Amino acid sequence: MAAHSYAHAKKIYVGVLAALLVLTVVTVIAAGINFGSPSVNVVVALAIATAKASLVALFFMHLLYDSRLNALIFLLGAVMLAIFLIFILLDVEARDTVRPSTLRPPAAAAAPAPQPTEPAPR
Amino acid sequence: MSHSAAPTEHVHEPFLQHHFAEPAQQVDAAKIGMWLFLVTEVLLFGGLFVGYGIMHGKHPEAFASAHHHLDRTLGALNTIVLLVSSFTMVMAVAAAQAGKRRHLINYLIATLSLAGVFLLIKYFEYSHKIHEGMLPGGLYSYKGEAVPGEFMFFSFYFMMTGLHGLHVVAGMIAIGWVLRRAVRGDFSERYFTPVDLVGLYWHLVDMIWIYLFPLLYLIS
Amino acid sequence: MADVLTAPPETGRRHFEPNYLNERRGILSWLTTLDHKRIGVMYLWSVLLAFLLGGIFAMVVRMELLTPKETIISADAYNKAFTLHGAIMIFLFIIPGIPAALGNFVLPLLIGAKDVAFPRLNLASYYLYVAGALFALASMIFGGVDTGWTFYTPYSTTTTTKVSLLTLGAFILGFSSIFTGVNFIATVHKLRVPGMTWLKMPLFIWGIYATAIIQVLATPVLGITLLLIVIERVWKVGIFDPALGGDPVLFQHFFWFYSHPAVYIMILPGMAIISEVIPTFSKKTIFGYKAIAYSSVAIAFISFLVWGHHMFTSGQSDLATAVFSFLTFLVAIPSAIKVFNWLATMYRGSIDLKAPMIYAIMFLLLFAIGGLTGIFLGTISVDVHLHDTYFVVAHFHYVMMGGTVIAFLAGLHYWWPKMFGRMYSESWARPAALLIFVGFNMTFLAQFVLGSRGMPRRYYNYLEQFQPLHVFSTIGSWVLALGLFMVAGYLLASLRKPYDAPANPWGGKTLEWTTASPPITHNFERTPVLTHGPYDYSPQEIGR
Repeated sequence: MAAHSYAHAKKIYVGVLAALLVLTVVTVIAAGINFGSPSVNVVVALAIATAKASLVALFFMHLLYDSRLNALIFLLGAVMLAIFLIFILLDVEARDTVRPSTLRPPAAAAAPAPQPTEPAPR
Repeated sequence: MSHSAAPTEHVHEPFLQHHFAEPAQQVDAAKIGMWLFLVTEVLLFGGLFVGYGIMHGKHPEAFASAHHHLDRTLGALNTIVLLVSSFTMVMAVAAAQAGKRRHLINYLIATLSLAGVFLLIKYFEYSHKIHEGMLPGGLYSYKGEAVPGEFMFFSFYFMMTGLHGLHVVAGMIAIGWVLRRAVRGDFSERYFTPVDLVGLYWHLVDMIWIYLFPLLYLIS
Repeated sequence: MADVLTAPPETGRRHFEPNYLNERRGILSWLTTLDHKRIGVMYLWSVLLAFLLGGIFAMVVRMELLTPKETIISADAYNKAFTLHGAIMIFLFIIPGIPAALGNFVLPLLIGAKDVAFPRLNLASYYLYVAGALFALASMIFGGVDTGWTFYTPYSTTTTTKVSLLTLGAFILGFSSIFTGVNFIATVHKLRVPGMTWLKMPLFIWGIYATAIIQVLATPVLGITLLLIVIERVWKVGIFDPALGGDPVLFQHFFWFYSHPAVYIMILPGMAIISEVIPTFSKKTIFGYKAIAYSSVAIAFISFLVWGHHMFTSGQSDLATAVFSFLTFLVAIPSAIKVFNWLATMYRGSIDLKAPMIYAIMFLLLFAIGGLTGIFLGTISVDVHLHDTYFVVAHFHYVMMGGTVIAFLAGLHYWWPKMFGRMYSESWARPAALLIFVGFNMTFLAQFVLGSRGMPRRYYNYLEQFQPLHVFSTIGSWVLALGLFMVAGYLLASLRKPYDAPANPWGGKTLEWTTASPPITHNFERTPVLTHGPYDYSPQEIGR
């Protein structure tokens, strides 16, 4: 970073901002397109978001120019979050899910005829 | 390593703390500390994202139906506001590094203003939701729900944007503090670490919103 | 050179020489200190006070269990007693424990630094600890909590006891822990004395560093989990409550994602101490330095992959259960590697049975038992029978108390002369250690048997057939308590003496022994110059 002059830095940042704004437009457009299954839609949206986040991290947060340790620290946090999500997804998807939905707001808990839930036999 | 201070200069630097041998060492340590703190924020919010993901997977119709009540335009506007504020923030840091005090102050003010705009837009969004009764959990009283259970989407909407909003407020306080110090003339090319660190925090706040926007407003 | 450091000093004159204890006086100088040593000492008294409070709750629990029905308290009060015992011991004693109290003091000294990277953050850490403790105290005063320290939903989100106060206290304590972790990582990266490469660091640093990684990565998830409990209680958002469409097993995933790595926050610093004490009192260089160093970091990472072993019987899918069980076996390997290396270090060394070494050897035995019984519990077919029985209670007390607390005692005795400039009484230390060893095993060995015979944990009433073992366990707890009070007694008594500790009473090779006992505020007169490795004992010293 010390090697860049102020004017040069400004050029880079303006370019990154432009890219981010373009990607925002892409995000909105992509949300209108159905890519097949809901999970693919989610993956596409998250991929675009990750591209934006990477631009912010690399350029605005200087990870491209700083010590590699900072990037490693950030990556580690992301990896931990991924582990958390993946293991839980693994569990939730693999559970016996043949149960009626119990989704009902607390105010309606006093409403007549609540659905009895039969837990699936283990 | 991007910094290399000449070893003999440090003796007279007022900002060098006694347990550091050189300013570069102090700056590097400060940045490591800040990145570690940012990672904790990622994991804190990450928990909410995971919860949202799991519940969305469990009740897809309710979530899909509920999210239509969010105003995509306002959401997109807020995204743009935060992205621009990230730009002004990093320009503030660059100005500090170049010793341009006037630019530093102006960019900090711009960042603060944009943050204010973000909160203003959120205020409009929240008012509308509150008016309609689309509130978290036990407070939910909206009568026009298309799929039973939309309340849970709003539980997450308020938790996630609420926690994010709190972080925006905290960021504004931090930027305000740095602005005050900048006006006082505390910073120079040789020392601008607080600007740098607050900037890192602010970019994270922006990053979280980069993920919040599509997940809450767009995905169906 | 060695004589200057080990010769007993002229005691009268030393009282007036400036050190970190006497340089500034008055309570305000302590409350506004930025000196890592003073912050460490404040933490030390605080966590020991917490240990006393948690211990009192333990004694109440054990008293109640003397008879199968009501003994001294009601069932409600009993639920609160074991909840508070667990919460206080975990959040106020053992998690902050070694890192904040001993680590804060010793870490900069070991790397030749003048302080930690962020002294103000360090003080903030301490104040957050106090704030969290006050919230916890408030929850006790206003009626207590009866959910167990694990706060399982939906009970914790619906019970009328003071859950919100206690969880908010734990939330604050979490940030105290995070700040400590941030500080230590930055310190180890940037403040090592020139010449101290990573592979020349004392192993205590590796252990504390690995601990700090876990503190930073795991604690935030606890933070959001605790926040969600409070939010669920107040606003009924529905994430964990099955009546609202939520998932109570999801809570357990959230909770254990932190709380399993948390147990490695508890044990890694203990192991770190053992890695220092054993070479010093064997007068022999550590066997397998790299293995011990890398295994600390390996434990830190693998610990994040096994949390589901707390959930084998709670409705988790069979697939997740199998995966977590396999990974649990993996995490035992680095721990075992350490135990073998410590034993190999002692082999053919010149063993000096001072109190730190007595506790270190005790650790090896008790931790081995604790760790191995963990493998039993990690085996699905066995866990189905042992889950939520006293077998689990015995297992974790063997690793947390027989492991961490014993290691804490080893470290406390090891660094006591450095911290306070006084030698404790070795002749009192030995019988106290014996009482602790006997009392501990009486209390908890019986619980392995109780558990394997079917006695459930957290139960207020139990079947008649379990009474003899419960009585035996309770008597053991009295012996244990007596031993611990003895330790407190002679340690406190030593503080009434004038300074009598030399700079290097044990003949250690690490940097903290090259400066005075107690050290000056800036730690070292001059920046230390590394002339040898941390465990470079010559053959002459071994006495061969």
